[in-house]
Amino acid sequence: MSDLIRLTAAELAAKIHSGEVSAVEAAQAHLDRIAEVDGEVHAFLHVGAEAALANAALVDEAVKAGTAPASPLAGVPLALKDVFTTTDMPTTCGSKMLEGWRPPYDATLTARLRAAGITILGKTNMDEFAMGSSTEHSAYGPTRNPWDLSRIPGGSGGGSAAALAAFEAPLAIGTDTGGSIRQPAAVTGTVGVKPTYGGVSRYGLVACASSLDQGGPCARTVLDAALLHEVIGGHDPLDSTSIDAPVPAVVEAARIGAQGDLSGVRVGVVRELGGEGYQPGVRASFEAALRRLEKLGAEVVEVSCPHFEDGLAAYYLILPSEVSSNLARFDAMRYGLRVEKGASAEEVMAATREAGFGPEAKRRIILGTYALSSGYYDAYYGQAQKVRTLISRDFAAAFEQADVLVSPTAPTTAFPIGEKVDDPLAMYLNDLATIPTNLAGVAGMSVPSGLAEEDGLPVGLQVMAPALGEAVMYRVGAAVEAARDADEGGPLIARVPEVAK
Amino acid sequence: MPADSGPAVAGPDSRGAISRDEVAHLARLARLAVTDDELDVFAGQLDVILGAVARVGEVAAEDIPPTSHAVPLQNVFRPDVRRPGLSQEQALACAPAAEEGRFRVPRILGEEQ
Repeated sequence: MSDLIRLTAAELAAKIHSGEVSAVEAAQAHLDRIAEVDGEVHAFLHVGAEAALANAALVDEAVKAGTAPASPLAGVPLALKDVFTTTDMPTTCGSKMLEGWRPPYDATLTARLRAAGITILGKTNMDEFAMGSSTEHSAYGPTRNPWDLSRIPGGSGGGSAAALAAFEAPLAIGTDTGGSIRQPAAVTGTVGVKPTYGGVSRYGLVACASSLDQGGPCARTVLDAALLHEVIGGHDPLDSTSIDAPVPAVVEAARIGAQGDLSGVRVGVVRELGGEGYQPGVRASFEAALRRLEKLGAEVVEVSCPHFEDGLAAYYLILPSEVSSNLARFDAMRYGLRVEKGASAEEVMAATREAGFGPEAKRRIILGTYALSSGYYDAYYGQAQKVRTLISRDFAAAFEQADVLVSPTAPTTAFPIGEKVDDPLAMYLNDLATIPTNLAGVAGMSVPSGLAEEDGLPVGLQVMAPALGEAVMYRVGAAVEAARDADEGGPLIARVPEVAK
Repeated sequence: MPADSGPAVAGPDSRGAISRDEVAHLARLARLAVTDDELDVFAGQLDVILGAVARVGEVAAEDIPPTSHAVPLQNVFRPDVRRPGLSQEQALACAPAAEEGRFRVPRILGEEQ
C-alpha cells in the first residue's frame, strides 16, 4: 500500500503544491488502491482513470510553472456520489432507470470541483435516488463497510463513506436528505457534514426531496471537510434556493478548534435524542464525548426539543410526497430507461417505471402519492408541514440556550448486510437523530467519537448548528476530534483493519 | 396541491389499514405496473409505515402555520440575459428514441380520442 493514500487531504495538497509529490502520483496511488480493494468494498460504480490522470497532469504543469494552485485542494483525489451530474462519466443515482446515462451538463458542484483542480476519481455507490440508510437499495449491489465487510456502510452515501474508510480517496462528496452524509460517516469512522440548506448548490443534483436535499463534504478529518466545504459552498444563481451569503469561514474555525479550547462555547445535549433505542456502546461513546467537551472548557447543558420525537413521522410523509413528485420525471420519454411494452405512452411509462425502480423507490412513490391524495392531504402532508414548523421552533429555542446541539449521530453501529432490508420501518429508524436538522434546514455534522465496546465498530457524534452557523460547528467538531486523537494516541480511522481479500 | 383523484376508500380515520386495492389504485396513479407479489408485500409494509407516521395527527398544531421550505425565500430573480442552452443534438443524445430532431414517443392519445 502506498503511503500517499494514508495522508490527509491537507497533507497531500501540501506535498503536491511544494512539488514533493506529483498530482499524477497521488491520483495513480488512489487508482491502484481502488483496483486493489474495490472488488471487496464496492464503493465505486464508475472509475474515470483517464480524466483523473489528465486533471492531475494539469495540476502538475501549474506547479512546475510556479503558478499558484487553483485551490488549496488542487490535485487531491475525490470520490463523487453518483447523484451529481458529470459530462464525462455516467450518472446513475444507483438506479437502473439511469443506467449508462451521460448527462449533457455538469452540476455546479462538479464544475466547482473541476475549477478547484480537484481530481475526480469516479462516482460512488448509493441507495437508489438517495433513499436508504445502508446502500443496499442500490440497483448495482451493496457497498461493504471497510471496518467489517459483512456490514453496511450506511446510506444513502455508503459508497462515499466507504471509499474514505478504505483509503480509496481522502475526500468525497455526499448528499444529505435525512442523514445520508452523517449516518454513513458515523458508521465508517469518518467525518461528514450537512451544510445549511442552500449552502451548497443543488443545480445538477438529481432530486430526492427538494426541500431537504443538501450536498456536502465528506473526509477523514474535520479540517479536510472544511477545506472541501469552502470549495463547494456559496451562492449559485442556477439554484434559486441557494443562499446569497458568504460561505462561513469553516477552515479557520477548524484550525481554531483543533487548538483545543472551547471555553465560552455552550453545548446543548438534546434530551430527546438518546437513551432508549440507542445501542449501549453508542450511548457510552456519546457520554465520553460529553466529558471531553467539558474538559475542553465547553459549558454542557441539557436542552429539550419535544417535537423531535415526531420528526421521523413528519419526514416520512414529507419526503415521500416530494419523491413521488420528483421521480415523476422518469417517464421514459426524453432520457433514461424505456421499456417498449404496450402501445400507449401510459403503458410504456408504467412498464418502464416498474422495471426501472427498485422496491424502496416504489414504496416511497406509493406512500407519497397516498399522502398527497385529496382526502388525505390535510391529515398527512399538511399536518406534517405543521410539525415541521414546530421542529424549527424547537431548534430556535434550543439555540437560545446553546451555540451547538449534540447527540449520537445514529442509534446503532453498522448492522449486518441483509438485517433490515426487508423491514422498511426498522431501516427508517436509523435516521431518527439526523432528520430534524434537514426538516429545519440547519447545519449538522458527524465526527467520530470512538468505538462501541460491544462490537468494536465506530460511533459518531452529531454536532448541529443554526443556519449558516457552520463555523462554531466545525470548531467544536475539530476540538472533539483533536481531543479524542490525543486521548487515544492517534486518529480513529488508523484502526480500520486492512481490507481482507 | 392535492392529486386529482385520491383513493375512493376510507379516510385517515381508518388508520393502520391500507388495503391491497388501495395500493393497486395508488400504483396506477403513480404509473407503476406493479406485480401481484409486489402488491402483497407493499400493502403490508405500507400499512406498518402508515401506522407509524399517523402520529403526526396527534400533535396539537391547529394554529401552527405549515412549513414547506426551511429557508424563507421570496421569488428569486436574475437578470434576463441570453446564455447558451443545450443544443438539439445534446438534448436528444440520451433520448430512448429520436426522429427528425425530435423525441420519438409512443402513442399519447387513446383510440377514442
